[in-house]
Amino acid sequence: MELDARYRFENYVVGSANRLAVSAARAVAQAPGAAFNPLFIYSGSGLGKTHLLLAIGHLARQLQPDLKVAYSTVDELVDELNASVASSAVDALRERYQNVNVLLLDDVQFLAGRRETQTEILRLFNGLQRGGRQVVLTSDRPPAEIADLDERLITRFSGGLVVDVGAPDYETRAAIVRVKCDERGAKFEAGVLDELARIPFGNVRELQGALNRLIASQTLGERAVTPHNVREVLGERPEPAGASAAAAVAAPVRARTGGSEFSSFLSDLSAVVAQQIEPWRIRLLEVMSRWREEGFLTAAIERALEGAEEPDVEATVRQYESAVARLQSLARDAQALDPALAASDLFRDPERLGEAELAVARLLGAAEPPPGPSADYVRSDFEVGPSNQLAVHAADTVIEEPGKKYNPLVIYGATGVGKTHLLNALGNELIGLRGGATTVACVSARQFTEELIAALRDGTIERWRARYRVVDVLIIDDVHECAGTERTQEELFHIFNALYASGRQIVLSMRCAPKQIDGLEDRLRSRFEGGLVVEMQAPDHVLRERLYARALAAAEVRHDRSLVDYLAARAVASVSEISSTVQRLAQAADVVGVPLTASFARKELEGRIAAPAMAHTGNGHPADPLFLDEEKVIWDWPDVSGRAIEEFR
Amino acid sequence: MPLVNYATREITCKIVYYGPGRSGKTTNLHYIYEQVPNDRKGTMVSLATQTDRTLFFDFLPLDLGSISGFNTRFQLYTVPGQVYYQSTRKLVLQGADGVVFVADSQARQLDENIESMQDLHANLAEHGMDVRTVPLVLQYNKQDLPAELIHDTATLDDALNFRGVPAFSAGALHGTGVFETLRGISEIVLRRLSPAGSSATPSTAHAGSR
Repeated sequence: MELDARYRFENYVVGSANRLAVSAARAVAQAPGAAFNPLFIYSGSGLGKTHLLLAIGHLARQLQPDLKVAYSTVDELVDELNASVASSAVDALRERYQNVNVLLLDDVQFLAGRRETQTEILRLFNGLQRGGRQVVLTSDRPPAEIADLDERLITRFSGGLVVDVGAPDYETRAAIVRVKCDERGAKFEAGVLDELARIPFGNVRELQGALNRLIASQTLGERAVTPHNVREVLGERPEPAGASAAAAVAAPVRARTGGSEFSSFLSDLSAVVAQQIEPWRIRLLEVMSRWREEGFLTAAIERALEGAEEPDVEATVRQYESAVARLQSLARDAQALDPALAASDLFRDPERLGEAELAVARLLGAAEPPPGPSADYVRSDFEVGPSNQLAVHAADTVIEEPGKKYNPLVIYGATGVGKTHLLNALGNELIGLRGGATTVACVSARQFTEELIAALRDGTIERWRARYRVVDVLIIDDVHECAGTERTQEELFHIFNALYASGRQIVLSMRCAPKQIDGLEDRLRSRFEGGLVVEMQAPDHVLRERLYARALAAAEVRHDRSLVDYLAARAVASVSEISSTVQRLAQAADVVGVPLTASFARKELEGRIAAPAMAHTGNGHPADPLFLDEEKVIWDWPDVSGRAIEEFR
Repeated sequence: MPLVNYATREITCKIVYYGPGRSGKTTNLHYIYEQVPNDRKGTMVSLATQTDRTLFFDFLPLDLGSISGFNTRFQLYTVPGQVYYQSTRKLVLQGADGVVFVADSQARQLDENIESMQDLHANLAEHGMDVRTVPLVLQYNKQDLPAELIHDTATLDDALNFRGVPAFSAGALHGTGVFETLRGISEIVLRRLSPAGSSATPSTAHAGSR
């Protein structure tokens, strides 16, 4: 029987659903009887079993023209058998089939229930197998599921290779419609065929039917098919059946006239490329290629590509590209400061983002150092007494071992007890360490917030942040000032963590203990309390003595011991009060032209007491305001004559 | 030459037809050229002598259009088979993504085939290409000649195909096996697109077994 010339491997589109079957079929055609014998191909209707079967026949005959290839459907075979029985020519029939080299038997599921035919087939089968002849069978179901099939046939059918052909996937459908379209010489607007392929037809015949409708609709219809109306056109079936039939008939004629070898070659390549390049790989490769061209390393993407499984592509890409964007912005920052660094590979490797951040931060820190401690405050000027010795001791420890022992060091106390002095002095001492290589940021919380606001306004937040992240010591005065702020505390939190994690010293001061500050975020408070929290109290007697002595000496006032004793006995709230008192006394004595003595001081001070509301007693308990109110205190008691007059009245 | 450019979504393959003189390399290209629709083929450049022998090389650019969203171009080259065009052969081979070795099946040409195959190996090695990994297929051309004049494919396999690469029987003059060969080499070349390397897929089986 002549094989239908339309069905060849060249125009059989290979997709993932039929790859195995096609490979097996080709192997069989190239070496009949050697590879898979019998080859049993099963699939649903319209998926190309018959095409494949005939393609085997063509190729086998093409490779070995003297090969006897027989194709038959089971129905035809049954008819032949019946006819031969009727004409007593059964032996001739048997002989004819026994001599073929390749037997292609289509639709073997129709053997179901035909006992006599099955017996004949079995006999035929045994003969062919003995002779090493190739048998290829197709069915719509696997051998074991064919009803009433002889057990011996089932085992024989299953003895070679049983493969199935699945429904084509999108890419395969797209390739099929393109091949068919080329065969027809039909042309569609871009996207139409893709849209058609997107419709999940369960088999190729339906797909071809749909394509026929499109072709018919385009050639005979009043409107062009566009990607948008593909489904509509297919849904409403506007053309008479004859039109599409005519198109279908015209197709094979044109297919033979030229270009079909090329188009089948093309469709095969499409299948190979589609198989090789999964969409997620394409996406990743595109990203990789793009950034590689810009000079970035793409190790992260390459790792994702190496995996056999599809990763979370978008997340990978997002992560990578955000790192690249960050690198680019860092490189821009670096460019302004150090073009040589900006050109370094560091800014091309997203894996080393951390290093790049640090390098730029260093650069920025060096270019725009954060405010340091004021040089006016010197550690040696700082007098120590019982009220502040704990804090001073802690500060000295920090100077000895910054970042080691008390980190963070939190010093709290009322205004004017010397926190700022101690902090700045501490900062100055630390700068002196390592020959000045230590960078110390010393800033008040208010200033810190102002800087942050300015950076936010100028869009230089990264730079601002970077400056603080590279310091060796961070000192922030009056941290309570940032209570209630959001962004400042947020930034402080991150800077704190960055510094703390790398063992750099943090020193903070505040008005009261961290837990007493309203509006201080818990995450900050807990971190502050994790170091050493010490209180600085108002100057005690010993400290006052020292401070007055120093203040008097500084004011170049000649004085005696009794003056210092008198002054030191008076409670003060702050250190600054001591110096202002000394200044006032010195001025007053200067005006009057008398030496500054204890009695002069008493007269001067007890005559008018400044800022009574601020007063504290030496032991830290607030004094009763009654005794400090000038108007309520009787300063000049009446003398005897006065009292007599009073009594007389 | 980049085989695949993901940024511009282009695939470019350079395939070189190699083989002894008069084995039918140019005939292969001519047949392909005839089959290509007009809008797809570039100008075939053929520098031939008066006796139809390739003097320099043939070059056939093929625009395969968009494949899986990739603009795909094939460049098919032939080398002059005659022994004395050694430098041209080497030049053409440079940057090849795949090689088709067109063998002349005529029995008396067997030595020329073997010599040319050795020449191919030497030239590939000189370009620093690993002969074992370069995509290569064999084509046993002129199988349509009378059987008494030619070696059958099994004999040729024994003589030439010691690496067990895919081999195709062909009669290039009539186009038999021409596209099969091109398809064979293209598939091997395109499989190498995969960044993870060409893992052996079941479908390589059909081409490998003759």
